[in-house]
Amino acid sequence: MSTSWQEIIDLGARTPVAAASPGEEQPARRGVFKRLRESLSKSRQALTEEISASLFDRIDEETWELLEEALILADAGAPTTAAVVERLEHEVDSGAVPADGVAVRDRLIEMLAEVASTGRAPIDLSGEPAVLMMVGVNGTGKTTTIGKIAWHLSREMGLKVILAAGDTYRAAAAEQLAEWAQRSGAELIRADPGADPGSVAYDAISAARAREADVVIVDTAGRLHTQSNLMDELAKVRRVIAKQIPEAPHETLISIDATTGQNGLRQAKLFSEAVELDGVVLTKLDGTAKGGIALAIASELGIPVKLIGVGETLEDLRPFDPSDYAQALLAE
Amino acid sequence: MFDQLSDRLQATLSGVRSRGKLSESDIDAAMREIRLALLEADVNFRVVKSFTKGLKERCLGSEVLDSLDPGQQVVKIVNEELAALMGGTGSELAMANSGPTVILMAGLQGSGKTTACAKLAQYFGKQNKDVALAACDVYRPAAVDQLVTMGERAGAHVYERGTDADPVEIASWALEQSHAERRDVLIVDTAGRLHIDQDLMDELSRIRKKTKPHDVLLVVDAMTGQDAVGVAESFAETAEFDGVVMTKLDGDARGGAALSVKAVTGKPIMFASTGEKIEDFDRFHPDRMAQRILGMGDVLSLIEKAEQQVDEQAADDLRDKLRKDQFTLEDFLTQMQQVRKMGPLSGLLGMLPGMGAMKQLKNADVDEGELDRVEAIILSMTPAERADPGIIKGSRRKRIANGSGTRVQHVNQLVKQFDQMRTMMRSMASGKMPDAQQLAQMQGGAPRPKMRRR
Repeated sequence: MSTSWQEIIDLGARTPVAAASPGEEQPARRGVFKRLRESLSKSRQALTEEISASLFDRIDEETWELLEEALILADAGAPTTAAVVERLEHEVDSGAVPADGVAVRDRLIEMLAEVASTGRAPIDLSGEPAVLMMVGVNGTGKTTTIGKIAWHLSREMGLKVILAAGDTYRAAAAEQLAEWAQRSGAELIRADPGADPGSVAYDAISAARAREADVVIVDTAGRLHTQSNLMDELAKVRRVIAKQIPEAPHETLISIDATTGQNGLRQAKLFSEAVELDGVVLTKLDGTAKGGIALAIASELGIPVKLIGVGETLEDLRPFDPSDYAQALLAE
Repeated sequence: MFDQLSDRLQATLSGVRSRGKLSESDIDAAMREIRLALLEADVNFRVVKSFTKGLKERCLGSEVLDSLDPGQQVVKIVNEELAALMGGTGSELAMANSGPTVILMAGLQGSGKTTACAKLAQYFGKQNKDVALAACDVYRPAAVDQLVTMGERAGAHVYERGTDADPVEIASWALEQSHAERRDVLIVDTAGRLHIDQDLMDELSRIRKKTKPHDVLLVVDAMTGQDAVGVAESFAETAEFDGVVMTKLDGDARGGAALSVKAVTGKPIMFASTGEKIEDFDRFHPDRMAQRILGMGDVLSLIEKAEQQVDEQAADDLRDKLRKDQFTLEDFLTQMQQVRKMGPLSGLLGMLPGMGAMKQLKNADVDEGELDRVEAIILSMTPAERADPGIIKGSRRKRIANGSGTRVQHVNQLVKQFDQMRTMMRSMASGKMPDAQQLAQMQGGAPRPKMRRR
C-alpha cells in the first residue's frame, strides 16, 4: 500500500544497517496511512463538501461543475482541473466508465493518483558520497525538512550524514540546522554569516570524502524564484558541487508549501531551470490546504512529489504515495 | 504562464474595447477570461464567483449598453470593481493614546512573521519611535536568535527569555518592561501556527488577552492558494485580527490570496513586504494591487498618454498608408518620434500589461541609444531613399553610415528590418491577423483550458 522510506530511497550498493524488521513494519505502515488520513481529514471534509458520496448519484452538468470547483479549491489549477474533468466526463459519456457513483469516484481517484505519479522515481542516494541539495522559496520548510531527512537516514538507516549549512543569509539559519544536526547525530559543516554558500558545500563534500560519509545534504538560503541574481548564485552552488563530483548533486529537491497556490508552478519551473529539480517535498500538508499544486506541478512540469510533511514531529515527514494521497483526498 | 494569462486577458478586453456594440455572449466571453485570470492569481473560487456575477450584471446594465463606447466602459468597470474589492483607500493602525502601542503578529509557519516584525520595527523606527520586540516564538529552533539579530539590524530592543519560558509569560513580561522603559511600540512575535492547531490557537488568544494589543496583524504569504480564506476565517475567530501584512510580494505572485482575505473578512491589507532587505516594507496601496492582480499594468493611463500625443489625422493617414502598402521609412520615423514623445520607453513598457512580469524585458533595459541610432540613420537618407529603401545600395549605404556616424552593418540591419516589417504589415493589412490564441501558442504557451463555469 503506502510507500516506505526504503522504497523511496535508492541507496545503490549500500545496505541500510538499522532497517526495521518486516515484523515491525506492518503495523507501522498502517499507522502511517491512518496518520495521513487523519492529517488530511480536514482536507477531506472540505473536499467532500463538494465531492460528497451523493455527488455522483446523479451525473449531469452540475456534477462536473461541482467537481471542477472542488479541484480548483484544492489548488489543482485550471488546466489540470479542466484536463481531469474533461477526461472523466468523456469516459462516462462514452461508456468506458459506468455512470454509477462508486465507479466514477474510483476512476477519479485512479486518475488523480495517475497525475500525481507523473515522473515518479526514488530519491537517488546511490552515490558515494551521495549529495542531496535542498532548494526553495523562503519559509517553505527547507531546513526543517533537511533535519528530518537527516534523522531518518542517520537514526533509522544507519547512514553517516553530513549537513552543509549553505543558508548563510538568514539570521540564525545555521543555528537552526545545528539543532537538527545534534538531534539526528549528523555532522554539521558551517561558515560565518554572509560566507559564500558554494564554499560551504565544497567543504562539506571534502569532509564527506575524508570521513567516508554516506550522504551530504546541502541546505540553501530561501530565495524567491524571480530574483535572478539569487537564482544564479544557486546555479553556482550546483556547479561547485559538480566540480567535486561530476554526477552530483545526485538529487535536488524543492520544498513547496502545501498552502501555495498557482505560484507554486512558477517556483518549480524557475528553480528547475536553475538547478534541474528531481522532486518536490510538499510541506505543511497538515493544515486544511489540500496541496493540489502538487498535481499541477506533476502534470504540467513532470516533477513528482517525493516526500510530504504532515506535522511537526520527526515521523511526520513521510514518503509520498500517490494513491494514498488521492484516496485520502477523496475517500469517505 | 502568468504573462500569457494577462496577455490573454488583455486581448479579451481589447477585443471588447474595439467593438461598437456588445452582445451578451461578448460579455460572457470576457467574464470567462476574467474568471480564469483571477483563479490563476489565486483569488478564492467563491470570491471569484460572486465577483464575476456582480461584474456581469453591471456590464449588462444600461451604463454599458447605452454608452457610446461600450468596450471602453467594460474596462473601466472591471478596474473600478477590482479596486473596490481591494478596499479602496488604505487603512491606518490604531495607536495607543498613552503608553506603548502593542501590535501582535500572527500567522502560519513560514509566512514571514519574524522578518515582518523586524521590518515593522524599522518602519516605526524611521518615525523616531522607540520600538521593542517580544520573542514569543519558543518552538521553532533558533527563532529567538533570528529575532534578536534582525531586531538589532532594525534598531529595536528585543525582550527575550530563551526558549524555556512560556510564551504568554514572555509577552506579559515584555509589556511590563515596555511600560517601565517607556517604549512607544511593542511588537509581539509569535510562533507560526496552523489555524486548526487548537492548543497553539488557545495560546494565541491567551497572549491576546494578556497584552490587549491595539492591533493584531495577520501575516499572509502572497503566494498562498485557495486555502487562505479558511485560514483567515479561523484566525479571525480566535485572534480577531485587524489587518493583514502581505509578505513575499517581490515575487511574481499576484497576491490573490490576500485579496480574498480582504473580501471575505473585510479586514484591510495594511502593509506589504516587497524584498529581502529590511527597508523593503511599506504601506499597502489597494489600487495598485488591483491592477497587478489582473496583470493589467496601467493601461488606462497609457491610453490617456497616447491620446494626448497622437494626432488623430496623422493616425488616419497612417492607417491608409498601411492599407495601401505605402508605408515608408519617413512614416516609420514620424511614428517612432511620436511614440518617443510619450516618454522613455522603459517607463512605457512598465505600463503595458504583462510586461512588468516578463523576465526578458525586466532585465534588458530598453536601449534608447539604439533608437537614437535608427533616427540618425533615417535622417541621413535622402527623401528618395526614405520613400524607397530598395535603392539603397553599396555607395549609398556607406554615405548614410558616414553621415549618421554609424557603420554600414547598422544601415544594412535597418533596411533589412524595415523590409521584414513591411512584409508583416502587408499580410496584416490583407486581413490575415493572427488571433490571440494563435499568438499565445506562437509564444510557446499552452492552449487555454476549457473551463465550464463562467
